[in-house]
Amino acid sequence: MAELVEVPAPPHDAVLGQIAELRRIAIVPALNEEETVGRVIDELRAFDPGFDIVVVDDGSTDRTAGIAADRGAHVLRLPFNLGIGGAVQTGYRFAFEHGYDIAVQVDGDGQHDPTQLPAILAPVVAGQADLCVGSRFASGSGYQSSFTRRLGIRLFALVVSAVVRQKVTDTTSGFRAVNRKGIALFAADYPHDYPEVEATIMCVKHKLRLLEVPVEMRERGGGASSITALRSIYYMTKVLLAIFVGLFRRYAVPLEKEHRR
Amino acid sequence: MTPLPVSIASAVASFLLLVVVFELIRSRRLRERYALLWLLTGGVLLALSVWRDGLNTIAGWFGVQTYPPAILGAIGALFILVVLLHYSTVISRLSDQNTILAQRLALLEQQQREGVTESPR
Repeated sequence: MAELVEVPAPPHDAVLGQIAELRRIAIVPALNEEETVGRVIDELRAFDPGFDIVVVDDGSTDRTAGIAADRGAHVLRLPFNLGIGGAVQTGYRFAFEHGYDIAVQVDGDGQHDPTQLPAILAPVVAGQADLCVGSRFASGSGYQSSFTRRLGIRLFALVVSAVVRQKVTDTTSGFRAVNRKGIALFAADYPHDYPEVEATIMCVKHKLRLLEVPVEMRERGGGASSITALRSIYYMTKVLLAIFVGLFRRYAVPLEKEHRR
Repeated sequence: MTPLPVSIASAVASFLLLVVVFELIRSRRLRERYALLWLLTGGVLLALSVWRDGLNTIAGWFGVQTYPPAILGAIGALFILVVLLHYSTVISRLSDQNTILAQRLALLEQQQREGVTESPR
């Protein structure tokens, strides 16, 4: 199976050249990110103006949706907070319905740096992976998150690595790229809370090829993380339960779902 | 002391509860979020059925000398109350969201009928 790719990120222009012909979209989930969402959109445009951008506003009470719309992004305003899983899936549904070939997911809080997208896109464009995840722990540099969160993330990494029989270091990273297969899978089925953990397992169970590449993340630009200490315990219990039950589930390969378009 | 048949019956019943909940999650008819309380209920009842000394001790704390299994019933009832209360909050949230959906739909229909392309901010 695929291991961590240790090669340096391919040059910016090479990846941009390869994706120039593809219909590509950036999915930006955002909850009360008025301070950062504008900058994220600008940075995505600066990286590659050919990316369509869809901001999924997960029931924000601030100006997130307005700011995103003013900058010309597609904005999907959810009527109430669905949680990160439901919000992200809305973005993938949009990508699926509109026939995009490739999608990247970039958080609206500014912790993902779009200039690192070539590293994540390259394996997907080259056909080495269906889902490529940017891991902040594979490189060991950049922003690493707080101690307790790292501990939880480490625990998930151990469990997930064991389940998918492949080394995974950052199961909570929402910085990733998927091809059409991945878009179709995530549009059809996506987990709810702390979804990246389950989504990783789901991908492997559906025989999608997963690859992790090292990236550096930044500290959140503004707003507050939606995860507090007590809730983390609740989520960890819930996700571990979901992983455990998931072991007993049989998954159908959903690639034929295309005809629903 | 708890009669053995009572312990066996309640152990089997709580184990069945755990199995049914597990199967409901597996077949995706029950979300993990709503299953946790049920699993906790089944787990605690199963533990107290198997660990008979523990049940006697707990019964002792509450001055129940004659018939310790009454504590099983009390704990079961308590958990059911908690589950019901939890569901009441869930229903409240759902009905709030339902209202918002209906209002949004009405606004969208009006926009579509009257051909409004630019939504007012």
